[in-house]
Amino acid sequence: MLYRTAGQFKTSYRADQALFPIKQDAFLLGIVLLCAWVIFPLTASEFAFQTLLTPILIYALAALGLNILTGYAGQLSLGTGAFMGVGAYACYKMITLMPWMNPVVAILLSGLFSAGVGVMFGIPSLRIKGFYLAIATLAAQFFLVWLFEKWAWLYNYNASGAIQVPNLDIFGLYVAGPQASSITQYYLVLAIVCVLTYLAINLTRGNLGRTWKATRDMDIAAELIGINLMKSKLTAFAISSYIVGVAGALFVFMWRGAAEPNLFDIPLSFRVLFIAIIGGLGSILGNYLGAILIVGLPVVLNTVPSALGIHVESALLEHLNIMIVGSLIIFFLIIEPHGLNALWRLIREKLIIWPFPH
Amino acid sequence: MKDTIEPHVTEDGRQIGGVLMEMKNITLRFGGVVAIKDISFDIREGEIRAIIGPNGAGKSSMLNVISGFYHPQEGEVWYRGAPRPPMKPYEVARQGVGRTFQNIALFEGMTVLDNVMTGRLTHMHASIWDQALWWGKAEAEEVHNREQVEKIIDFLEIQAIRKTPVGRLPYGLKKRVELARALAAEPSLLLLDEPMAGMNVEEKEDMSRFILDVNDEFGTTIALIEHDMGVVMDLSDRVVVMDYGKKIGDGTPDEVRSSQDVIDAYLGVPHE
Repeated sequence: MLYRTAGQFKTSYRADQALFPIKQDAFLLGIVLLCAWVIFPLTASEFAFQTLLTPILIYALAALGLNILTGYAGQLSLGTGAFMGVGAYACYKMITLMPWMNPVVAILLSGLFSAGVGVMFGIPSLRIKGFYLAIATLAAQFFLVWLFEKWAWLYNYNASGAIQVPNLDIFGLYVAGPQASSITQYYLVLAIVCVLTYLAINLTRGNLGRTWKATRDMDIAAELIGINLMKSKLTAFAISSYIVGVAGALFVFMWRGAAEPNLFDIPLSFRVLFIAIIGGLGSILGNYLGAILIVGLPVVLNTVPSALGIHVESALLEHLNIMIVGSLIIFFLIIEPHGLNALWRLIREKLIIWPFPH
Repeated sequence: MKDTIEPHVTEDGRQIGGVLMEMKNITLRFGGVVAIKDISFDIREGEIRAIIGPNGAGKSSMLNVISGFYHPQEGEVWYRGAPRPPMKPYEVARQGVGRTFQNIALFEGMTVLDNVMTGRLTHMHASIWDQALWWGKAEAEEVHNREQVEKIIDFLEIQAIRKTPVGRLPYGLKKRVELARALAAEPSLLLLDEPMAGMNVEEKEDMSRFILDVNDEFGTTIALIEHDMGVVMDLSDRVVVMDYGKKIGDGTPDEVRSSQDVIDAYLGVPHE
């Protein structure tokens, strides 16, 4: 009943190709956006901003970038963490070399550096596929983290070897560094994430998206119907790495405040890959659902016992947490191997025909 | 041989034009194996040209040479009156050579509509920026090409499944969707690799009708490989017969049927 599509007729192809051909989808998205832009910021505590809202958005953005490469274009990558690092270090260098630069511009430009590096490490994809390509991207992962550590110019010869985000302002409003407030940073992240998601949706449903999906599903057929595989794969690497790079810059500048090279090591790559897989490869919504599960659930689980007034030792809680999140991941993947997005799609299909399933 | 035939109109009123594609002394080797040995034949505009022969005769290799997937060691492919330089398969496709595959090669993760839309990508030129913003040229192209695609979908009678993921379709329909995807590119030359393999009689009849309609309505030149002799002899204007990589016959269905070489190698003699 909630999802009644009867009576929603399309009289032009333009209408049929609208972003939300079904009214209820647009309505739901409206509610989500209202929550994200108005209700959460009004109600959230400092803790919620720092542990839930901002990181979920940033991780979702990184997963979106990876999903374009792995989910849409079918090129498996294990170097996401390092590409995030490239974005973060590029942003840091730009900000410290040109302190007058608008931090938002710097963040958006830093994606270009990771896009370039991504394309460079994407070149092997023209010859190798699948797990072998994953190993090639793994080489990128190790090389880049090594570079972050050894190339002292990158962190301005700090004794600590880490990068520290300075206070940055836009017209007197601090957006990064110790003096920036969480809510400002949250809004900035939200704005960038919304814009990039919108662009990514359009790219994936248009001609380029079909080119990517064709490359993923059957590369030989794709080539024989006129797709230049090299172009298709390298644009996927470029756009994916751009988004991942921006996510990396946001990760350090809008959330962590400081970063050491090993922050971008392989656990981060895996974390983003898990978000993309559990959310659903080849979907946009899935990245958000996956990020909520992987980033948000542990935080929520941590607060449950104290909220209920039960005292649990923190070490025990930590382990319980891992067990619960782990089993939930297995549970979700068993009931729907294609991720949370597919689960949602199934529910939606059922809702559309409910209560008469024939 | 019929190298001298002039442009003419067939009995059923179709226009057969000049030579569209010509294979000149093609030899293709894989290491020591000779897949195609010194074969020459031409394909004329507007005709339906069949390539037949026993398994392993080199028919599919021939099609792969035409679509630029294999590069012959000797010989030239002439297209529209000029020798074709070595090029990548996607460049060949962009020159107007479309094809379907022996084993269905659809994009399983996409809907029927998206599959057919992918076939039109050679007609889409909007920049990445336009596409990302979904405005201007990109949006206009999406709408315009959707109209073209809908015509093909109507033509092949697959309206009802346009939004179904291809993975869920039965075999016969997948074959039809594959034809739709190839047609969407508006090819000048359409290569069909065993379009009726694995179909029942009814599906074969449907497919034959579609092939004839495509040729008739769009004037598309068609080169096809098929094992069902009844179908081949009914559909095609001229037939090339291959055996062990060599050409053993070339001519109208009647000529080929009565050729002793072809009977010996492939057709056989009906049992008394």
